[in-house]
Amino acid sequence: MRLGIAEALRKAIHGEMANDENVFCIGEDIGIPGGYGGAFTVTLGLEKDFRERIIDTPISEIGIFGAACGAALMGMRPIADVQYGDFLLCAMDQVVDQIAKLRYMSGGKLKMPVVMRAPVGVTGRGAQHAQCLEPYFMSCPGIKIVAPATAYDAMGLLRSAVRDDDPVLMFEHKLLYGSKGIRAESGTVDASSEIPEEDYTVPIGKGIVRREGEDVTIIASLLMMHFSLQAAEMLEGEGISCEVIDPRTLWPLDLDLILQSVRKTGRVMIVEESPKQGGVGAEIGVQVCEHIPDYLLAPVTRVAAPNTPAPFSPALEKLYVPQPERIADRVRAMMEEY
Amino acid sequence: MKHNEMMKSLGKEALEGMLRRMLEIRQFEEKIRFLFLEGKMPGTVHQYIGMEACAVGVCTALEEDDVIASTHRPHGHAIARGISMDSIMGELYGKTTGCCGGKGGSMHVGDLSKGMLPAIAIVGGNLPIVMGMGLAFKIRKEPRVAVSFFGDGASNEGAFHEALNMASVYGVPALFVCENNRYGASTSVKRVMRIEHVADRAAAYGMRGDRADGMDVLDVYAHAREAVSLARKGEGPTLLELETFRLCGHSRRDPNNYMTQEEKEHWQKRDPIPFFEKLLREGKYMTEKEIADLKEAVELSVVQAIESGQQSPEPDPEVLFEGLYVNMEVPR
Ligand SMILES: Cc1ncc(C[n+]2csc(CCOP(=O)(O)OP(=O)(O)O)c2C)c(N)n1
Ligand SMILES: [Mg+2]
Repeated sequence: MRLGIAEALRKAIHGEMANDENVFCIGEDIGIPGGYGGAFTVTLGLEKDFRERIIDTPISEIGIFGAACGAALMGMRPIADVQYGDFLLCAMDQVVDQIAKLRYMSGGKLKMPVVMRAPVGVTGRGAQHAQCLEPYFMSCPGIKIVAPATAYDAMGLLRSAVRDDDPVLMFEHKLLYGSKGIRAESGTVDASSEIPEEDYTVPIGKGIVRREGEDVTIIASLLMMHFSLQAAEMLEGEGISCEVIDPRTLWPLDLDLILQSVRKTGRVMIVEESPKQGGVGAEIGVQVCEHIPDYLLAPVTRVAAPNTPAPFSPALEKLYVPQPERIADRVRAMMEEY
Repeated sequence: MKHNEMMKSLGKEALEGMLRRMLEIRQFEEKIRFLFLEGKMPGTVHQYIGMEACAVGVCTALEEDDVIASTHRPHGHAIARGISMDSIMGELYGKTTGCCGGKGGSMHVGDLSKGMLPAIAIVGGNLPIVMGMGLAFKIRKEPRVAVSFFGDGASNEGAFHEALNMASVYGVPALFVCENNRYGASTSVKRVMRIEHVADRAAAYGMRGDRADGMDVLDVYAHAREAVSLARKGEGPTLLELETFRLCGHSRRDPNNYMTQEEKEHWQKRDPIPFFEKLLREGKYMTEKEIADLKEAVELSVVQAIESGQQSPEPDPEVLFEGLYVNMEVPR
């Protein structure tokens, strides 16, 4: 069965709710009859089977994540979502100060099996509906972070996240959902997968090599992973061979997989959609330098958004988000110089 | 409030100005709705169709140096505040002529030099800011008023609570205008509030609460005028709830399938524009012909705004790095 990410997540959530009565969803506009099933259709129709466990909320992000935190402490397994990742900032205290820390502060006595879902990506809506917040949370000990770029991974990681006893934050990309109907997005990239019937999971903390290559290791998640594959495709004809790694989990990082690849290629480029300052690339790049400095033939290279908020103008947005061409150009430059 | 007295005190010119603004908003929104459906416009939009009386009624009660703040649904507020349609349209197209130079987009239109903060798309996000603007007016003893427009949905955000309590405690010259259009996106107020009226929440802050008919521009104006005058006199803020409805989807292609047919029909009959036109005709402030001429003139200006938006230049690539800090370059 071929599914897009929105459908795969829906099916995975349905399955988890059917398996475990402690699983429930909480968020804005997620189960309103005649509504949208959340901002990107992920929970569409789930209220028909699980009316009491699809909790539609007021527009109250502190309340949503507070509810998830409290219910998890009482043994439930909430799946809390925001309509756009940006609104996590409204709930920052609940997420960062409470959900991430309560177990540690209790001396390891409490458990916080909360799943948090947040759509990210710069998609023609201006600066307050665009942020890729991965770096904010990568600097927050206590939360595991996953970022599926395909429907297969979305399904497998969602299952792992729900079954995990620690808080897991899942970043999903607006242009990868494959949302249909009135919630369809322009500029969408196909991230659908063949989905096996069986109850598989994708382990948290395990990355994957999306494309094998010899010259450069490109590390990228979500939309940037797809753009990096496109860049690798372009470069192949020019005799440049790129290995593309999709970390799938941003915290904890699958460092073994990354280092193994860089030992082979000697060159590493991290591509991300968030600003370069304090970004994902900074974390991964330094880890590589710390662990295998002797293997590096070239300096670590980062391709990222500029150190500004996202502009609305479509012309500027195109310059803001790293495009496949720009990624390819940077690889060419790297190969020429080193 | 008696419509006749109200109209008499406003006079023909002001009344015509109010109708013009309402028509501008309606036509602006109708036209861009089609541009969107045809895929000729970038981004997304949240439209103000049906709610015109709210923005126009409140803004008519303001002075030039008062300041308003808006939401993800800001086109109506911007037009009512007198921001040119060309510059709003320019912003929707992301062009240099836009009121934010193309950096903001539909959800952030505004121009502080014209009395409107660039709109804030975080639900509830503008309320604490408006409280702060009011605080500045109070500290500096300026006779100005800060106005927040927000929705029923926003009144459930924590930001609402903190902003209203502080506004009341400091007695700032502010007006908090809740446009209760019965829905926050697909969510009916009935699902997410156990009280009938958002204005009742004012009591919790020891603040003045009031309500007006958001489909009647004269009623909105009367209540807003009173609240603004109290604020300006130093008598503190008001939470003013306007009862209204969206006669359009929440955002671009939303068919409103979560609303009942009855409800849609009920509110369609209460469309604020024909209602106001009728009052103007009956009170002999405008003839049928004058209204028709005004509509034509407005349509022309909207068409011109669209052309201007489409033909204006895209921002230069360097603009990406401009306007972040006052006194430093963006490190690259
Ligand atoms: C903090 C935050 N949460 C959620 C959203 C997504 N969102 C945008 S508009 C909207 C509904 C707003 O309802 P209301 O305040 O009643 O204003 P209306 O749209 O009815 O004018 C929602 C949930 C947002 N923009 N900001
Ligand atoms: Mg509303």
